[in-house]
Amino acid sequence: MVIVGGGMAAARACINLRANDYAGTITLVSEETLLPYDRPPLSKASIVDEAAHAPVLLLDDSIVASLKVDLRLGHPATAINRADQSITLSDGSTIAYAKLLLATGAKPRKLNCPGGEHALTLRDHKDTVVLRQKFGPGKKIVVIGGGFIGLELASSASKLGCTVTLIEAQPRILMRGVPEAIAKIVHDAHVAAGVTMIIGTGISHITESAVHLTDGRIIAADTVIAGIGASPEIKLAADAGLAIENGIACNAQMQTSDPNIYAAGDCASFPHQQMEGKRIRLEAWRSAQEQAATAAVNMLGGDKAHTNVPWFWSDQYDLSLQIAGSAELGPNTITRIPAEGALVLFHMADDGTIKGVSGIGLGNSIGRDVKIAEILIAKSTRPSPEILADASQPLRALLKG
Amino acid sequence: MTQWIDACAKDDVAEEDVIRFDHAGRTFAIYRSPDDKFYATDGLCTHEKIHLADGLVMDNIIECPKHNGRFDYTTGVAKGAPVCVNLKTYPIKLEGTRVFINIA
Repeated sequence: MVIVGGGMAAARACINLRANDYAGTITLVSEETLLPYDRPPLSKASIVDEAAHAPVLLLDDSIVASLKVDLRLGHPATAINRADQSITLSDGSTIAYAKLLLATGAKPRKLNCPGGEHALTLRDHKDTVVLRQKFGPGKKIVVIGGGFIGLELASSASKLGCTVTLIEAQPRILMRGVPEAIAKIVHDAHVAAGVTMIIGTGISHITESAVHLTDGRIIAADTVIAGIGASPEIKLAADAGLAIENGIACNAQMQTSDPNIYAAGDCASFPHQQMEGKRIRLEAWRSAQEQAATAAVNMLGGDKAHTNVPWFWSDQYDLSLQIAGSAELGPNTITRIPAEGALVLFHMADDGTIKGVSGIGLGNSIGRDVKIAEILIAKSTRPSPEILADASQPLRALLKG
Repeated sequence: MTQWIDACAKDDVAEEDVIRFDHAGRTFAIYRSPDDKFYATDGLCTHEKIHLADGLVMDNIIECPKHNGRFDYTTGVAKGAPVCVNLKTYPIKLEGTRVFINIA
Protein backbone atom coordinates (compact mmCIF):
# COMPACT_ATOMS: atom_id res chain seq x y z
CA MET A 1 0.00 0.00 0.00
CA VAL A 2 1.33 3.43 -0.92
CA ILE A 3 -0.11 6.68 0.44
CA VAL A 4 0.74 10.08 -1.01
CA GLY A 5 0.12 13.03 1.32
CA GLY A 6 1.14 14.62 4.60
CA GLY A 7 -2.09 15.55 6.29
CA MET A 8 -5.01 14.06 8.14
CA ALA A 9 -6.25 11.73 5.41
CA ALA A 10 -2.78 10.25 4.88
CA ALA A 11 -2.26 9.70 8.60
CA ARG A 12 -5.68 8.16 9.15
CA ALA A 13 -5.22 5.85 6.18
CA CYS A 14 -2.05 4.39 7.78
CA ILE A 15 -3.87 3.92 11.08
CA ASN A 16 -6.97 2.43 9.48
CA LEU A 17 -5.11 0.01 7.24
CA ARG A 18 -3.52 -1.49 10.36
CA ALA A 19 -6.78 -1.32 12.31
CA ASN A 20 -8.28 -3.47 9.54
CA ASP A 21 -5.56 -6.07 10.10
CA TYR A 22 -3.47 -5.29 7.04
CA ALA A 23 0.00 -6.73 7.72
CA GLY A 24 1.87 -5.85 4.51
CA THR A 25 3.97 -2.80 3.77
CA ILE A 26 2.68 0.76 4.01
CA THR A 27 4.78 3.47 2.38
CA LEU A 28 3.96 7.11 3.09
CA VAL A 29 5.21 9.64 0.55
CA SER A 30 5.07 13.34 1.42
CA GLU A 31 6.67 16.35 -0.16
CA GLU A 32 7.02 17.87 3.30
CA THR A 33 9.87 16.84 5.56
CA LEU A 34 7.57 16.74 8.59
CA LEU A 35 5.58 13.70 9.60
CA PRO A 36 1.84 14.15 8.91
CA TYR A 37 0.53 16.85 11.22
CA ASP A 38 -2.76 18.44 12.17
CA ARG A 39 -3.64 21.44 10.04
CA PRO A 40 -6.56 23.18 11.80
CA PRO A 41 -4.22 24.75 14.42
CA LEU A 42 -2.14 26.39 11.67
CA SER A 43 -4.49 29.37 11.44
CA LYS A 44 -5.26 29.49 15.16
CA ALA A 45 -3.34 28.05 18.13
CA SER A 46 -0.09 27.59 16.21
CA ILE A 47 -0.04 31.35 15.62
CA VAL A 48 -1.41 32.83 18.84
CA ASP A 49 -0.33 30.32 21.47
CA GLU A 50 3.40 30.09 22.08
CA ALA A 51 2.97 26.69 23.71
CA ALA A 52 1.41 25.41 20.46
CA HIS A 53 4.06 26.63 18.03
CA ALA A 54 5.34 23.16 17.23
CA PRO A 55 3.31 21.16 14.72
CA VAL A 56 0.89 18.64 16.24
CA LEU A 57 2.06 15.38 14.70
CA LEU A 58 -0.71 12.96 13.74
CA LEU A 59 1.82 10.18 13.40
CA ASP A 60 4.80 10.64 15.68
CA ASP A 61 7.89 8.43 15.66
CA SER A 62 6.43 5.95 18.12
CA ILE A 63 3.17 5.59 16.14
CA VAL A 64 5.12 5.24 12.89
CA ALA A 65 7.22 2.50 14.50
CA SER A 66 4.23 0.66 15.95
CA LEU A 67 2.31 0.87 12.65
CA LYS A 68 5.46 -0.09 10.69
CA VAL A 69 5.10 2.71 8.14
CA ASP A 70 7.94 3.23 5.64
CA LEU A 71 8.47 6.97 5.36
CA ARG A 72 9.58 8.77 2.21
CA LEU A 73 9.50 12.37 3.37
CA GLY A 74 10.73 15.42 1.52
CA HIS A 75 10.41 13.89 -1.93
CA PRO A 76 7.16 14.66 -3.74
CA ALA A 77 5.68 12.04 -6.00
CA THR A 78 6.11 13.27 -9.56
CA ALA A 79 4.32 10.60 -11.59
CA ILE A 80 1.99 7.64 -11.34
CA ASN A 81 2.88 4.84 -13.72
CA ARG A 82 -0.44 3.05 -13.89
CA ALA A 83 0.66 0.37 -16.33
CA ASP A 84 3.25 -1.09 -13.97
CA GLN A 85 1.55 0.12 -10.74
CA SER A 86 4.31 2.32 -9.43
CA ILE A 87 4.95 5.94 -8.56
CA THR A 88 8.05 7.99 -9.27
CA LEU A 89 9.46 10.41 -6.70
CA SER A 90 11.38 13.62 -7.30
CA ASP A 91 14.66 11.86 -6.52
CA GLY A 92 14.00 9.47 -9.42
CA SER A 93 13.22 6.46 -7.26
CA THR A 94 10.11 4.38 -7.89
CA ILE A 95 7.81 2.60 -5.47
CA ALA A 96 5.50 -0.20 -6.55
CA TYR A 97 1.95 -0.32 -5.25
CA ALA A 98 -0.84 -2.84 -5.14
CA LYS A 99 -3.22 -0.04 -4.09
CA LEU A 100 -2.42 3.65 -4.06
CA LEU A 101 -4.14 6.35 -2.00
CA LEU A 102 -3.93 9.95 -3.14
CA ALA A 103 -4.35 12.29 -0.16
CA THR A 104 -2.74 15.29 -1.76
CA GLY A 105 -5.02 17.92 -0.25
CA ALA A 106 -5.80 21.33 -1.66
CA LYS A 107 -3.63 24.35 -2.32
CA PRO A 108 -4.57 27.99 -1.71
CA ARG A 109 -5.85 29.90 -4.71
CA LYS A 110 -3.62 32.75 -5.79
CA LEU A 111 -4.90 36.27 -6.28
CA ASN A 112 -4.88 37.10 -9.95
CA CYS A 113 -4.96 40.89 -9.60
CA PRO A 114 -1.81 42.89 -10.37
CA GLY A 115 0.57 42.56 -7.44
CA GLY A 116 -1.19 39.41 -6.26
CA GLU A 117 2.22 37.85 -5.67
CA HIS A 118 2.64 40.13 -2.63
CA ALA A 119 -0.10 38.25 -0.81
CA LEU A 120 0.91 35.42 1.52
CA THR A 121 -1.16 32.25 1.74
CA LEU A 122 -1.52 29.52 4.33
CA ARG A 123 -1.29 25.86 3.62
CA ASP A 124 1.44 24.25 5.66
CA HIS A 125 3.43 24.70 8.83
CA LYS A 126 6.13 26.69 7.04
CA ASP A 127 3.50 29.26 6.08
CA THR A 128 2.37 29.50 9.70
CA VAL A 129 5.92 30.20 10.84
CA VAL A 130 6.13 33.04 8.29
CA LEU A 131 2.79 34.53 9.35
CA ARG A 132 3.70 34.33 13.03
CA GLN A 133 6.73 36.49 12.37
CA LYS A 134 4.62 39.07 10.51
CA PHE A 135 2.02 39.39 13.29
CA GLY A 136 2.57 41.61 16.31
CA PRO A 137 1.22 44.67 18.11
CA GLY A 138 0.45 47.51 15.71
CA LYS A 139 1.29 45.57 12.56
CA LYS A 140 -1.04 46.43 9.71
CA ILE A 141 -2.45 43.17 8.38
CA VAL A 142 -4.84 43.09 5.43
CA VAL A 143 -6.68 39.82 4.91
CA ILE A 144 -8.32 39.29 1.54
CA GLY A 145 -11.22 36.86 1.65
CA GLY A 146 -14.01 36.37 4.17
CA GLY A 147 -14.00 32.59 4.19
CA PHE A 148 -12.87 30.43 7.10
CA ILE A 149 -9.11 30.73 6.58
CA GLY A 150 -9.29 34.50 6.14
CA LEU A 151 -11.53 34.96 9.17
CA GLU A 152 -9.49 32.67 11.40
CA LEU A 153 -6.30 34.48 10.43
CA ALA A 154 -7.98 37.84 11.05
CA SER A 155 -9.02 36.56 14.49
CA SER A 156 -5.47 35.36 15.25
CA ALA A 157 -3.87 38.61 14.00
CA SER A 158 -6.32 40.63 16.05
CA LYS A 159 -5.57 38.57 19.18
CA LEU A 160 -1.87 39.38 18.71
CA GLY A 161 -2.60 43.10 18.64
CA CYS A 162 -2.38 43.69 14.90
CA THR A 163 -4.44 46.35 13.15
CA VAL A 164 -6.53 44.13 10.92
CA THR A 165 -8.57 44.90 7.82
CA LEU A 166 -10.57 42.15 6.15
CA ILE A 167 -11.76 42.60 2.58
CA GLU A 168 -14.50 40.48 1.03
CA ALA A 169 -15.74 41.00 -2.52
CA GLN A 170 -19.07 39.23 -1.94
CA PRO A 171 -22.05 41.00 -0.29
CA ARG A 172 -21.25 39.27 3.01
CA ILE A 173 -18.68 36.97 4.60
CA LEU A 174 -19.04 33.17 4.50
CA MET A 175 -21.32 33.22 1.45
CA ARG A 176 -20.53 29.59 0.73
CA GLY A 177 -22.32 27.21 3.03
CA VAL A 178 -23.02 29.42 6.05
CA PRO A 179 -26.48 30.94 6.66
CA GLU A 180 -26.64 34.71 6.79
CA ALA A 181 -27.80 34.91 10.42
CA ILE A 182 -24.76 32.95 11.55
CA ALA A 183 -22.36 34.84 9.28
CA LYS A 184 -23.68 38.04 10.88
CA ILE A 185 -22.69 36.85 14.37
CA VAL A 186 -19.20 36.08 13.07
CA HIS A 187 -19.05 39.46 11.32
CA ASP A 188 -20.10 41.30 14.49
CA ALA A 189 -17.48 39.43 16.55
CA HIS A 190 -14.77 40.66 14.19
CA VAL A 191 -16.07 44.22 14.37
CA ALA A 192 -16.20 44.00 18.18
CA ALA A 193 -12.58 42.83 18.18
CA GLY A 194 -11.60 45.93 16.22
CA VAL A 195 -11.21 44.37 12.78
CA THR A 196 -12.18 46.73 9.95
CA MET A 197 -14.54 44.76 7.73
CA ILE A 198 -14.77 45.97 4.12
CA ILE A 199 -17.51 44.00 2.44
CA GLY A 200 -18.68 43.97 -1.18
CA THR A 201 -15.54 45.60 -2.51
CA GLY A 202 -13.01 44.11 -4.88
CA ILE A 203 -9.26 44.49 -5.14
CA SER A 204 -7.80 46.61 -7.92
CA HIS A 205 -4.13 45.92 -7.29
CA ILE A 206 -1.61 45.32 -4.54
CA THR A 207 1.73 46.97 -3.94
CA GLU A 208 4.43 46.17 -1.43
CA SER A 209 2.86 48.47 1.11
CA ALA A 210 -0.85 48.75 0.31
CA VAL A 211 -3.98 47.16 -1.07
CA HIS A 212 -5.84 49.29 -3.61
CA LEU A 213 -9.56 48.69 -3.73
CA THR A 214 -11.81 48.96 -6.78
CA ASP A 215 -13.59 51.93 -5.18
CA GLY A 216 -10.32 53.86 -5.00
CA ARG A 217 -9.61 53.36 -1.32
CA ILE A 218 -6.04 52.49 -0.37
CA ILE A 219 -5.43 50.30 2.68
CA ALA A 220 -1.89 50.45 4.06
CA ALA A 221 -0.47 47.03 4.78
CA ASP A 222 2.66 45.63 6.35
CA THR A 223 1.46 42.19 5.31
CA VAL A 224 -1.24 41.07 2.88
CA ILE A 225 -2.76 37.61 3.20
CA ALA A 226 -5.04 35.96 0.66
CA GLY A 227 -7.61 33.47 1.90
CA ILE A 228 -9.71 33.14 -1.21
CA GLY A 229 -10.33 29.44 -1.24
CA ALA A 230 -8.41 26.37 -2.22
CA SER A 231 -8.24 24.20 -5.29
CA PRO A 232 -7.77 20.45 -5.11
CA GLU A 233 -4.25 19.18 -5.73
CA ILE A 234 -4.97 17.04 -8.79
CA LYS A 235 -1.84 17.33 -10.91
CA LEU A 236 -0.48 13.88 -10.18
CA ALA A 237 -3.87 12.30 -10.88
CA ALA A 238 -4.60 14.36 -13.98
CA ASP A 239 -1.17 13.67 -15.49
CA ALA A 240 -1.84 9.97 -15.00
CA GLY A 241 -5.13 10.27 -16.89
CA LEU A 242 -7.45 9.73 -13.93
CA ALA A 243 -10.93 11.24 -14.18
CA ILE A 244 -11.11 14.74 -12.70
CA GLU A 245 -14.32 16.47 -11.71
CA ASN A 246 -13.95 19.22 -9.11
CA GLY A 247 -11.12 17.16 -7.66
CA ILE A 248 -10.00 13.61 -8.25
CA ALA A 249 -13.27 11.96 -9.24
CA CYS A 250 -14.11 8.97 -7.05
CA ASN A 251 -17.12 6.73 -6.68
CA ALA A 252 -18.85 6.44 -3.30
CA GLN A 253 -16.18 3.90 -2.29
CA MET A 254 -13.50 6.63 -2.69
CA GLN A 255 -12.08 4.71 -5.66
CA THR A 256 -10.85 6.72 -8.64
CA SER A 257 -11.37 5.81 -12.29
CA ASP A 258 -8.41 3.41 -11.85
CA PRO A 259 -9.58 0.57 -9.59
CA ASN A 260 -6.16 0.35 -7.92
CA ILE A 261 -6.08 4.03 -7.00
CA TYR A 262 -8.15 5.69 -4.27
CA ALA A 263 -8.37 9.28 -3.09
CA ALA A 264 -9.42 10.89 0.20
CA GLY A 265 -9.63 14.32 1.78
CA ASP A 266 -9.60 17.77 0.19
CA CYS A 267 -8.39 16.45 -3.19
CA ALA A 268 -11.27 13.99 -3.72
CA SER A 269 -14.81 14.40 -5.00
CA PHE A 270 -17.45 11.70 -4.71
CA PRO A 271 -21.22 11.25 -5.03
CA HIS A 272 -22.89 11.58 -1.64
CA GLN A 273 -26.07 9.75 -0.75
CA GLN A 274 -27.14 12.42 1.78
CA MET A 275 -26.75 15.05 -0.95
CA GLU A 276 -29.17 13.16 -3.20
CA GLY A 277 -26.25 11.58 -5.03
CA LYS A 278 -24.68 14.91 -5.94
CA ARG A 279 -20.91 14.93 -6.36
CA ILE A 280 -19.27 16.87 -3.54
CA ARG A 281 -15.77 17.70 -2.41
CA LEU A 282 -15.21 18.52 1.24
CA GLU A 283 -12.39 20.59 2.64
CA ALA A 284 -12.93 19.47 6.18
CA TRP A 285 -10.91 17.83 8.89
CA ARG A 286 -13.34 15.18 10.04
CA SER A 287 -14.32 14.35 6.45
CA ALA A 288 -10.66 13.69 5.66
CA GLN A 289 -10.50 11.23 8.55
CA GLU A 290 -13.71 9.49 7.55
CA GLN A 291 -12.89 9.28 3.86
CA ALA A 292 -9.48 7.80 4.67
CA ALA A 293 -11.20 5.21 6.85
CA THR A 294 -13.58 4.31 4.02
CA ALA A 295 -10.75 4.17 1.49
CA ALA A 296 -8.65 1.93 3.78
CA VAL A 297 -11.46 -0.62 4.09
CA ASN A 298 -11.97 -0.67 0.33
CA MET A 299 -8.24 -0.81 -0.50
CA LEU A 300 -8.26 -4.06 1.45
CA GLY A 301 -11.05 -5.49 -0.67
CA GLY A 302 -14.09 -4.02 1.04
CA ASP A 303 -17.07 -2.42 -0.65
CA LYS A 304 -18.06 0.32 1.76
CA ALA A 305 -19.89 3.37 0.45
CA HIS A 306 -19.01 6.67 2.07
CA THR A 307 -22.18 8.05 3.61
CA ASN A 308 -20.98 10.06 6.62
CA VAL A 309 -22.84 13.31 7.16
CA PRO A 310 -20.42 16.15 6.35
CA TRP A 311 -19.45 18.15 9.44
CA PHE A 312 -17.04 20.95 10.04
CA TRP A 313 -16.16 23.59 12.54
CA SER A 314 -14.39 26.91 12.86
CA ASP A 315 -13.17 28.73 15.96
CA GLN A 316 -12.86 32.51 15.95
CA TYR A 317 -12.34 34.54 19.12
CA ASP A 318 -14.46 32.76 21.74
CA LEU A 319 -16.99 31.64 19.15
CA SER A 320 -17.36 28.10 17.96
CA LEU A 321 -19.20 27.41 14.72
CA GLN A 322 -20.34 23.96 13.58
CA ILE A 323 -22.21 22.91 10.49
CA ALA A 324 -23.44 19.44 9.53
CA GLY A 325 -25.32 18.14 6.52
CA SER A 326 -26.58 20.55 3.90
CA ALA A 327 -28.34 23.89 4.33
CA GLU A 328 -28.96 23.90 0.59
CA LEU A 329 -31.24 20.84 0.70
CA GLY A 330 -33.28 22.27 3.57
CA PRO A 331 -34.85 25.56 2.49
CA ASN A 332 -37.08 25.86 5.57
CA THR A 333 -35.32 27.10 8.68
CA ILE A 334 -36.18 26.37 12.30
CA THR A 335 -34.37 28.53 14.85
CA ARG A 336 -33.27 27.44 18.33
CA ILE A 337 -31.50 29.69 20.82
CA PRO A 338 -29.76 27.34 23.28
CA ALA A 339 -27.94 30.09 25.19
CA GLU A 340 -27.46 33.83 25.11
CA GLY A 341 -25.54 34.78 21.99
CA ALA A 342 -25.84 31.27 20.59
CA LEU A 343 -27.89 30.27 17.58
CA VAL A 344 -28.74 26.91 16.04
CA LEU A 345 -30.54 26.72 12.71
CA PHE A 346 -32.12 23.52 11.45
CA HIS A 347 -32.47 23.23 7.68
CA MET A 348 -35.64 21.31 6.84
CA ALA A 349 -36.84 19.92 3.51
CA ASP A 350 -40.44 20.59 2.43
CA ASP A 351 -41.49 17.12 3.63
CA GLY A 352 -40.20 17.89 7.15
CA THR A 353 -36.98 15.87 6.88
CA ILE A 354 -34.00 17.46 8.58
CA LYS A 355 -31.18 18.01 6.05
CA GLY A 356 -28.72 20.28 7.77
CA VAL A 357 -27.82 22.16 10.92
CA SER A 358 -25.75 25.30 11.46
CA GLY A 359 -24.80 26.47 14.93
CA ILE A 360 -22.71 29.16 16.53
CA GLY A 361 -22.12 30.10 20.15
CA LEU A 362 -19.59 30.84 22.84
CA GLY A 363 -17.40 27.95 23.93
CA ASN A 364 -19.18 24.61 23.76
CA SER A 365 -22.73 25.93 23.84
CA ILE A 366 -23.91 24.39 20.58
CA GLY A 367 -21.87 21.19 20.18
CA ARG A 368 -24.41 18.87 21.72
CA ASP A 369 -27.38 20.22 19.76
CA VAL A 370 -25.44 20.06 16.49
CA LYS A 371 -24.38 16.48 17.28
CA ILE A 372 -27.94 15.36 17.94
CA ALA A 373 -29.08 17.06 14.74
CA GLU A 374 -26.33 15.27 12.85
CA ILE A 375 -27.64 11.92 14.10
CA LEU A 376 -31.15 12.91 13.00
CA ILE A 377 -29.83 13.98 9.57
CA ALA A 378 -28.04 10.66 9.13
CA LYS A 379 -31.30 8.83 9.88
CA SER A 380 -33.34 11.15 7.59
CA THR A 381 -35.89 11.70 10.33
CA ARG A 382 -38.68 14.25 10.55
CA PRO A 383 -38.19 15.65 14.05
CA SER A 384 -40.84 17.67 15.85
CA PRO A 385 -40.45 21.32 14.81
CA GLU A 386 -41.81 22.35 18.23
CA ILE A 387 -39.03 20.56 20.12
CA LEU A 388 -36.37 21.80 17.69
CA ALA A 389 -37.47 25.40 18.25
CA ASP A 390 -37.89 25.20 22.03
CA ALA A 391 -34.56 25.41 23.84
CA SER A 392 -36.22 24.43 27.11
CA GLN A 393 -36.86 20.98 25.66
CA PRO A 394 -33.69 18.88 25.29
CA LEU A 395 -33.15 17.59 21.77
CA ARG A 396 -32.13 14.25 23.21
CA ALA A 397 -35.80 13.29 23.33
CA LEU A 398 -35.79 13.27 19.52
CA LEU A 399 -33.27 10.44 19.46
CA LYS A 400 -35.72 8.03 21.06
CA GLY A 401 -38.27 6.27 18.98
CA MET B 1 -5.16 7.41 49.76
CA THR B 2 -8.91 7.40 49.61
CA GLN B 3 -10.67 10.70 49.40
CA TRP B 4 -14.40 10.41 48.89
CA ILE B 5 -15.97 13.72 47.90
CA ASP B 6 -19.71 14.37 47.88
CA ALA B 7 -20.14 15.42 44.25
CA CYS B 8 -23.85 15.72 43.60
CA ALA B 9 -27.28 14.25 44.13
CA LYS B 10 -28.25 11.27 42.01
CA ASP B 11 -31.11 13.31 40.61
CA ASP B 12 -28.72 16.02 39.41
CA VAL B 13 -27.72 13.72 36.55
CA ALA B 14 -30.38 12.58 34.12
CA GLU B 15 -30.21 9.07 32.76
CA GLU B 16 -27.75 8.81 29.83
CA ASP B 17 -26.35 12.23 30.62
CA VAL B 18 -23.37 13.98 32.16
CA ILE B 19 -22.68 16.91 34.47
CA ARG B 20 -19.61 18.88 35.44
CA PHE B 21 -18.15 18.73 38.95
CA ASP B 22 -15.36 21.02 40.11
CA HIS B 23 -13.31 20.40 43.25
CA ALA B 24 -10.11 21.95 44.58
CA GLY B 25 -9.03 23.38 41.27
CA ARG B 26 -9.78 20.19 39.36
CA THR B 27 -12.68 19.46 37.08
CA PHE B 28 -14.51 16.20 36.53
CA ALA B 29 -17.40 14.78 34.54
CA ILE B 30 -19.98 12.60 36.26
CA TYR B 31 -22.09 10.29 34.11
CA ARG B 32 -25.26 8.30 34.57
CA SER B 33 -25.50 5.41 32.13
CA PRO B 34 -28.68 4.12 30.46
CA ASP B 35 -28.65 1.17 32.90
CA ASP B 36 -28.59 3.67 35.82
CA LYS B 37 -24.98 3.30 36.94
CA PHE B 38 -22.75 6.25 37.82
CA TYR B 39 -19.24 6.90 36.52
CA ALA B 40 -16.66 9.69 36.79
CA THR B 41 -13.78 10.80 34.57
CA ASP B 42 -11.51 13.78 34.22
CA GLY B 43 -13.58 16.66 32.90
CA LEU B 44 -11.43 17.71 29.98
CA CYS B 45 -11.03 15.94 26.67
CA THR B 46 -7.48 14.67 26.14
CA HIS B 47 -7.46 16.21 22.67
CA GLU B 48 -7.87 19.94 23.19
CA LYS B 49 -8.92 20.26 26.83
CA ILE B 50 -12.59 20.91 26.12
CA HIS B 51 -15.07 20.11 28.90
CA LEU B 52 -16.84 16.84 28.22
CA ALA B 53 -19.86 17.79 30.33
CA ASP B 54 -21.09 19.77 27.30
CA GLY B 55 -20.88 16.66 25.17
CA LEU B 56 -23.41 14.01 24.25
CA VAL B 57 -23.74 10.69 26.10
CA MET B 58 -24.78 7.74 23.96
CA ASP B 59 -24.83 4.36 25.69
CA ASN B 60 -21.35 4.07 27.26
CA ILE B 61 -19.81 6.73 25.05
CA ILE B 62 -19.19 10.41 25.74
CA GLU B 63 -18.50 12.50 22.66
CA CYS B 64 -16.59 15.76 23.01
CA PRO B 65 -18.69 18.73 21.84
CA LYS B 66 -15.78 20.36 20.02
CA HIS B 67 -14.20 17.87 17.64
CA ASN B 68 -16.15 14.67 18.25
CA GLY B 69 -13.47 12.82 20.20
CA ARG B 70 -15.08 9.74 21.78
CA PHE B 71 -14.40 7.89 25.01
CA ASP B 72 -15.96 4.97 26.80
CA TYR B 73 -16.67 6.78 30.05
CA THR B 74 -16.99 3.52 31.99
CA THR B 75 -13.33 2.67 31.27
CA GLY B 76 -11.85 5.95 29.97
CA VAL B 77 -10.69 4.24 26.78
CA ALA B 78 -10.33 6.57 23.77
CA LYS B 79 -12.45 5.30 20.89
CA GLY B 80 -10.61 6.63 17.87
CA ALA B 81 -9.90 9.81 15.96
CA PRO B 82 -9.15 12.49 16.94
CA VAL B 83 -8.44 11.23 20.45
CA CYS B 84 -5.78 8.68 21.21
CA VAL B 85 -5.02 9.36 24.89
CA ASN B 86 -7.32 7.65 27.35
CA LEU B 87 -9.34 9.54 29.92
CA LYS B 88 -8.63 9.01 33.62
CA THR B 89 -11.55 7.46 35.49
CA TYR B 90 -12.43 7.69 39.19
CA PRO B 91 -14.34 5.35 41.52
CA ILE B 92 -17.89 6.28 42.44
CA LYS B 93 -19.96 5.23 45.41
CA LEU B 94 -23.60 5.95 46.15
CA GLU B 95 -24.89 6.73 49.63
CA GLY B 96 -28.59 7.40 49.90
CA THR B 97 -29.41 10.05 47.35
CA ARG B 98 -25.81 11.28 47.05
CA VAL B 99 -23.00 10.47 44.59
CA PHE B 100 -19.44 10.36 45.94
CA ILE B 101 -16.30 10.41 43.83
CA ASN B 102 -12.88 9.19 44.95
CA ILE B 103 -10.46 11.70 43.49
CA ALA B 104 -7.33 10.56 45.27
